Amino acid sequence: MNRLLFALPAFVILAACGSGTRSGNGAQGSGAQITGAGSTFVYPVLSAWASDYRSQTGNSINYQSIGSGGGIAQVKAGTVDFGASDQPLASDDLAKSNLAQFPVIVGGIVPVVNIAEIGTGKLKLTGQVLADIYQGKIKNWNDPAIAKINPGLNLPDAAITTIHRSDGSGTTFNFTHYLSQVSPAWKSGAGEGKTVAWIGGVGGKGNEGIANYVKQLPNSLGYVEYAYVVQNHMSFALLQNAAGNFVAPSADAFAAAASTADWAHAKDFNLVMTNAPGANAYPLAASTFVLLPRQPKDKAKSNAVIAFFKYALEKGQSQANKLDYVPLPSSLVQQIETYITANVK
Amino acid sequence: MNASAAQSTELGPAARRSGAGADRLFQLITAVAAWFVLLLLGGAALSMAWGGRLAFQTFGWHFITARDWDAVGGKFGAFVPIYGTLVTSAIALIIAVPVSIGIALFLTDIAPRWSRGPIAIAIELLAAIPSIIYGMWGLFVFAPFMATHVEPWLTTHFASKPLIGPLFDGPPIGIGMLTAGIVLGIMVIPFIAAVAREVFSAVPAPLRESAVALGSTRWEILSRVTLPYTRSAIIGAIFLGLGRALGETMAVTFVLGNAHDLSISLLMPSNSIAAAIANEFTEADTDLYRSSLIALGFLLFVVTFIVLTIAKLLLLRVNRQLGRTN
Repeated sequence: MNRLLFALPAFVILAACGSGTRSGNGAQGSGAQITGAGSTFVYPVLSAWASDYRSQTGNSINYQSIGSGGGIAQVKAGTVDFGASDQPLASDDLAKSNLAQFPVIVGGIVPVVNIAEIGTGKLKLTGQVLADIYQGKIKNWNDPAIAKINPGLNLPDAAITTIHRSDGSGTTFNFTHYLSQVSPAWKSGAGEGKTVAWIGGVGGKGNEGIANYVKQLPNSLGYVEYAYVVQNHMSFALLQNAAGNFVAPSADAFAAAASTADWAHAKDFNLVMTNAPGANAYPLAASTFVLLPRQPKDKAKSNAVIAFFKYALEKGQSQANKLDYVPLPSSLVQQIETYITANVK
Repeated sequence: MNASAAQSTELGPAARRSGAGADRLFQLITAVAAWFVLLLLGGAALSMAWGGRLAFQTFGWHFITARDWDAVGGKFGAFVPIYGTLVTSAIALIIAVPVSIGIALFLTDIAPRWSRGPIAIAIELLAAIPSIIYGMWGLFVFAPFMATHVEPWLTTHFASKPLIGPLFDGPPIGIGMLTAGIVLGIMVIPFIAAVAREVFSAVPAPLRESAVALGSTRWEILSRVTLPYTRSAIIGAIFLGLGRALGETMAVTFVLGNAHDLSISLLMPSNSIAAAIANEFTEADTDLYRSSLIALGFLLFVVTFIVLTIAKLLLLRVNRQLGRTN
């Protein structure tokens, strides 16, 4: 009995060694193990792609959704084969750490509300009003600034509880980037970043944290990824875009933003899509970027990573649509593939 | 006893010496085990102070007194998390101490014998519930209850009162220092109650019986016999609970609001040291930010140390005044 107990761990270790060498050798053929880390936003669609890709090629992708900041740090340190971030890196930063960058998916960030008498998609907000609410300049739902853009809506005389992310997040980066674009006061105040100095309000951890708080707290206002709005049936507000139209969040509106954004002139795809100019473009569209080493140490693995994202960009649209993401327009996919061939050696 | 003594004389001085050697070895092992804990403690404190050195160098003493927490501007101050940690723990103790002592007294003195076992087990089970369950219960069940029933009542009855008024003024959102303090209170009750029950039942029966014979009421027995006799153990139990309340993370982060805002009102959201670290560490992407969070951890260490030291001093003083040595 005792001998059996001792023998067991040894057997497990041997088995682990065996599988380790197998995946190491298999990088040229089938069974390569690719590791990645970063953005939590992209995780659901990335794992859908990964499981389909694995069943087709035998290559498995091990993605850890540790957050954009963690993903950037890990790929810079070379501990993972690719990183994913909701915030694009600037060209000089990429050059310094010898990384290539391209977008893989488009999504949207949606202001969600919990006001008793007002159903979903009824409340209209402008970027300026949103910034003023989050700065504490507008405190009540029946404030004249909100009433002016919502004629005919019976706004309650109740204090607004703003909900923000308590953890650092690419969602917060895109949200505050947008507020900085539309409100000079926001830009000089809290500014933009993965986490900022919020004024008042409640902090929730993760998209699910904000979604929970908005559902729990009457008269609250928060911002979450579009998928959370759909899956949790939350009440969203319409947002005014750069062309002056109030748009509802939808795959079409995000796609409109992606196609009107000026990708062709953005070096290393360093572009944040917020406040896109199109007439139907959703103003708070966002994308997730993948980071790859330009001169990888393990050529075979790097090729496997590129093959995976090629598969995802060209054939992964249906999985993306099913999970309420928006695939990239085909012109952009073309551009990305040229970029990869030119930059990753 | 006799047999072993006879044996050792039979075996001669060599065996005795080896027995003494084993004894010394045993002494050494136990000493190493005990000192190792101290070494670990010192090592943990030092490594956190070292990790937080960038924050301490950059901000100096302002790190403790400053209220802003701005990752974009690179300005960090620990005042709000320290305040939130202390206030929620204080609320927790105000609730947990009388309730726990009541539970312990009821179980040792008043409750019918058949009910003692089940109630004691139920209270110990409270300690076995993972803290995240308390957090979820706090958010989904308790916070809405606070928002719709308790907080509006507190605001209408107390907000206009002098002195304590500002403590209960604010929108009833159900999430904030008061809710977090109450949830923490429920979490520490089993720790204090279990120890209190043990020591209450260890009070010698003759002492209590004498008090009863002198015509004492139950309250008089508690306040003049049981509590003075068990004072140091009870204070120890309270600080065991306080230690847990100071460092509690998951339950607090659900119901405290995670906002770096300083507010007198107990109904408003705040932050605690443990919750801030848990929320922000993964995405702390500048050195100064990460260092500030580690420095926060070091401050939690310091705060706990100060609180426990005050408790020890308090106990010493009380004992000296009463001329007791236990």
